[in-house]
Order: sequence, then C-alpha cells, then structure tokens
Amino acid sequence: MFSNVDWIEDCDTLPLTPPGAPAGAESGVPAASRGAGSRVTRMAEDRAQGASEWVDHVVRIRDARDEAAFAELFAHFAPRVKAFLIRSGADDGLAEECAQEVMATLWQKAHLFDPARASVSTWVFTIARNRRIDALRRQRRPEPEDLPWGPEAEPQQDDVLALQQDSERLAEALRSLPEKQRVLIERAYFGELSHSEIAEETGLPLGTIKSRIRLALDRLRHALR
Amino acid sequence: MTKPMNNDITHHLSPQLLMAYSAGTLPEAFDLIVASHLSLCDQCRAEAESYDAVGGALLEDEPTAEMAEDSLAATLRMIRMGGEPDEPAPARPGTHVLPRPIRDYVGGDLDAVRWQNVGRGVRQALLPVNGDARARLLHIPAGTAVPDHGHQGLELTLVLRGAFSDTDGRFGPGDVEIADQEIEHTPVAEEGEDCICLAVTDAPLRFSGLMPRLAQPFLKI
Ligand SMILES: [Zn+2]
Repeated sequence: MFSNVDWIEDCDTLPLTPPGAPAGAESGVPAASRGAGSRVTRMAEDRAQGASEWVDHVVRIRDARDEAAFAELFAHFAPRVKAFLIRSGADDGLAEECAQEVMATLWQKAHLFDPARASVSTWVFTIARNRRIDALRRQRRPEPEDLPWGPEAEPQQDDVLALQQDSERLAEALRSLPEKQRVLIERAYFGELSHSEIAEETGLPLGTIKSRIRLALDRLRHALR
Repeated sequence: MTKPMNNDITHHLSPQLLMAYSAGTLPEAFDLIVASHLSLCDQCRAEAESYDAVGGALLEDEPTAEMAEDSLAATLRMIRMGGEPDEPAPARPGTHVLPRPIRDYVGGDLDAVRWQNVGRGVRQALLPVNGDARARLLHIPAGTAVPDHGHQGLELTLVLRGAFSDTDGRFGPGDVEIADQEIEHTPVAEEGEDCICLAVTDAPLRFSGLMPRLAQPFLKI
C-alpha cells in the first residue's frame, strides 16, 4: 500500500489529467502497471469517464425521476448484482428477486449517494452486500452513523471526478494483481475467507482513494459545523 | 453526529476487520462494533470505504447473469408501489453517549439500557444480535477491574465513555481493544469516571448434552 499525497494535491488543481500527461510516476497507478505506460492511464481515464457518466445517471434519477437513466443503470448493474448473489449462494429465483430490490433501493436512495466518496459501482456493491447479509445470512447490518449533507455541501465537480478516477485506478490495480492474490481478495468478498484468514497486506494501492475519501469526510465535517 | 470527531483515538480497527466488514462476512455483533467505531473515527471510516471501493471494482468485473425477461418492468412497478423516495434524515448534532448503531439495538441512549448486575458494581446488558457472536454493553465503576473476563475467541472492546487500562495500554473514548484468546487481560477502569464500553466476543463452540461443559476448559475451545 502507498499513499501519494503529491499526486492528490496535483489533482485538486488539475482535475482532468490531460491525455498527453506523463503517466506512471505521479499517476497513482501501481508500479506493476506502470510498465504499460500511458495506455493503462488512458484506459483508466476512459473508464473514469464511464464512471462519471453513471454518476450523471444517478443525479438524473435523484432530480428528475428519469426512468430512461434508470433503465440504462439497470441494464449494466442488475446482471452483475444477480451474478454476485448467485456466487454468494443464492439460487436463481432469490438472486433475481434480490437484484430487483437492490436496483429499486438505488432509485429510492439516489439522494443519499455521495459521488465525492464513492463510485456508482461501489455504491451498488454496498447495497447488494447489505441485501445479501439480510436475505442470505439473515442478519441485520449495522451501518455507521450518517454524515448528512445539506444543499450547501453539494460536492464539487473536481472532487467528484477525482474520486471517480481514483476508483478506476484502484480497479486497474486490482486487474493487474497476480492471479493468486486477486483470487484471495475475491474469496474474501464472497465470504470464503474468515476475517482472520484475510491477509493484512492486500497489495492494493488503497492509500490514494483512502486519502481522497478522508478529504471528502473532512469537508463534510466542516460544512456541518 | 453523536459528538465532534474524536481525534484522540489511538487504538483502531485492524485492516482484516475493516475488509471483512466491507465484504459483509462478519457476524452481526462484530458488524455492530465496527459500525460504532466508524461512527466515531474518520480514519477507519475512510479505510472501510476504500475497501468498499474494492468491492465495487470486483462487482464491475463480475461476469453477468441473465435477468428475467420482465425484470426491469417488475422493478419499476416495485418502485412505483414504494411511493416517494425517503427524505434524508435531518442532521441533528446531539449529545448522545451511544453512537447510533448501538442506539438502534438499545432503543434509545444510555438511559434506555436495561442493566443487569454481574457483581462488584459491574453491570452489563446483552444486545439482541443474531448469530453466535455476542454483544454486550458494560458499565464498570471507576477504579474497578473487570471481573470474569475469560473469553475463548476474539474479543473486541470499544470504549464509549471513561477509560480503562490494560496490559496493551490505555483505552479512551473511541478506542478499540482487540484481544485474541492468547491474551490474558484484566482491564481496569480509570479513576474519576465510570467506564462504559461495548464488548463483542466470538462464541465458544456449543456442546450438545453429551459432552459436559466442564470439559471445555481442558479442551481449550
Ligand atoms: Zn479508527
């Protein structure tokens, strides 16, 4: 794990890394993928653009109850949520039902989505995970106390874009992990490892995204004062 | 918000626990103590949310499963039947002792806890969590050692008010002590203020009537 503070500061003033910018050294991309040079960074940027588009979809649902935006989100995420639930032990019927409920929850809670702290895939993952705990493990899911944000604390576009890019870089890093390590992480998320079996060092560059989320939390705390 | 962010927290959750919380694979009692610490600690909250991002990335790369033919229409019907979206709860900075995840189980703040005496002035209240792991609130009078503190699995203790000291150091509000079964520990509440904490333990294996409970200490289970 590493945390690249310089890079984060750069991002505050330079929200959009120009396509020609040198990749690697300051990009927050893990050493393993730097060898691929700007190709990896550009892929991350393309995907970040996709991630930001999903943010727009959620905003359209929140502000305009936009069913067309919902249909596109549904087409992308519902089949993934269903596969996730099947892999976690649900049969097809239960997974279908829960996937629909997860997508309905996304609509109902669109106003609670904070794009300065999570990508839409991350948010959908947390809803699907909670549904899984409830439906498959029959447990309640205690969640941390909300940090509600008022209209004046609407996140800034720069912060949103930077977080979405960080999320994509994390996803790229995950894809470029050695197979063995990636499988271990997947097993941890699909409930095949106990917490004591989870390795302390995951090899994931969580530092950048963690710092980004902390910044967002700090701002939120200040806005609430 | 329960209280202003506590920057004096020195004992945090481990990466393993944060990842398992994010993955959603912990027993409910452990989810409760993690959620309670996250309510008080931005550092761990940011780390937990970064583990959520790992889950999001895994979901994005997940192979897809085919949805039923009328799936979208059924979901839209479900949404219309659900009525208007939930309004966000207003921000209410309060003066609670218990973070909201615990209040949800207690049905209120500290004054709503139904305590039971367990000796030497120590009181406890079991919280109704599902599963085998147990969660209880402890009220330890200032200057008192926690009696009968043997446990057989992992035990986490989160301080909510006051402080205690143990072989691992001093634990104040927001701090979590992580003790596995190898650690012999005798927490002592500090002088001055009664100590209130949340303690969760992995349940020991339960034996059927065939094996006497007395055998457990010898088997070290
Ligand atoms: Zn912490």
